[in-house]
Amino acid sequence: MNAFVAIVRRDLLLAARRKSEVFTALFFFMIVASLFPLGIGAETNLLRRIAPGVLWVAALLAAMLSLNRMFAADHQDGTLEQMALSPTPLALLVSGKVFAHWLTSGLPLVLLAPVLGLQFDLSPRSLGILMISLLLGTPLLSLIGAIGAALTLGVRGGGVLLSLLVLPLYIPALIFGAGAVEADMAGLGAGGHLSLLGALLALATFFAPWAATAALRIALE
Amino acid sequence: MLRAHGLACVRGDRRLFSDVDFSVSAGDWLQVEGANGAGKTSLLRIVAGLAQAADGHLEWDGQPVDTVRDEFNARLLYLGHAPSIKDDLSALENLQTAAAVAGRPLDEATALAALRRIGLKGREDLPTRVLSQGQKRRVALARLLCSQARLWILDEPFVALDVAAVALLCSILDEHLARGGMLMFTSHQAVQLAGNGASLRLS
Repeated sequence: MNAFVAIVRRDLLLAARRKSEVFTALFFFMIVASLFPLGIGAETNLLRRIAPGVLWVAALLAAMLSLNRMFAADHQDGTLEQMALSPTPLALLVSGKVFAHWLTSGLPLVLLAPVLGLQFDLSPRSLGILMISLLLGTPLLSLIGAIGAALTLGVRGGGVLLSLLVLPLYIPALIFGAGAVEADMAGLGAGGHLSLLGALLALATFFAPWAATAALRIALE
Repeated sequence: MLRAHGLACVRGDRRLFSDVDFSVSAGDWLQVEGANGAGKTSLLRIVAGLAQAADGHLEWDGQPVDTVRDEFNARLLYLGHAPSIKDDLSALENLQTAAAVAGRPLDEATALAALRRIGLKGREDLPTRVLSQGQKRRVALARLLCSQARLWILDEPFVALDVAAVALLCSILDEHLARGGMLMFTSHQAVQLAGNGASLRLS
């Protein structure tokens, strides 16, 4: 467990030294989400209807921006080899890296989403549901993304391949995440969607680190 | 004690080496030699467990390594071609985080003493990206000084080091061997170390 804490701390320290990478994703999210109200105009009914989908798609793309750097730097400077040779299971260290990735690229999106939601005239209740759905959904994006990042490690043109690989896998998160807010606005209750999102998160927390670890071992050979 | 039986390595459809046997006991060192591309790094990676051998097997204290992998890893220190240091972290932070990730946390005084001995006094807190190649190499080698591992596997440890650093590294290796450590390394230069030495030529 100490090694898990150590790797989270190391990755947070590295992110603090390279603030630009964190802020790039955050500004991307802000700008993409702000372009829609500007393009469509002040039709509040339309904006309110498209808001959950637009905010979720923007969050999804922003979370993808930093994915290809998740293991690439470690692979290049040899620290990934050291992680593989550590007495701590590699899957636990990978979980630590995924957690650190979520803290730096997922959590800021969750916190920023309600502010951006105001542009779409969402009610406070919908903003709350949006935050909860993102809180459950963004770790899922990091976990699934880790598998893709590990699979495309060291592949030429890996960035594009990564998007093609990972975006289809993001679809369930998008459907249930955006669906939760829409269902609540339609008066159907968001419980079902959020439960499914939570179930997906539990499943991915268990399996994604193992899958990513297996892919990393192949990349190391 | 580390023992290898009939190790073989295949890259694509080319056989790099086959039937490699060796053993390293406490206080012994083994220098792996061979022309460029002979498979020296591949052999070290196989022994460390980073790559799979096409044939043959490894024993650690009489047991197959695969069955005692955790214990083997806890006793192993591997330094590859890549220095495995983070450019954005200082030398001190690099040492401490590497040790913590390896599950052997290091206190600041020990780390500072190691950096001082390796010749990085006054540069402990600089980000390693401003250091020269040789100094980066020294940061990586400082990990040897903080290590309690029994088996050291070093890939070209003498590269990019000046004369004084080579002498210092030799004395560090001698101390390790005197403590009953085991050492396996590749180098193109002839090295004189204390203890029982052997060389293994790949062809």
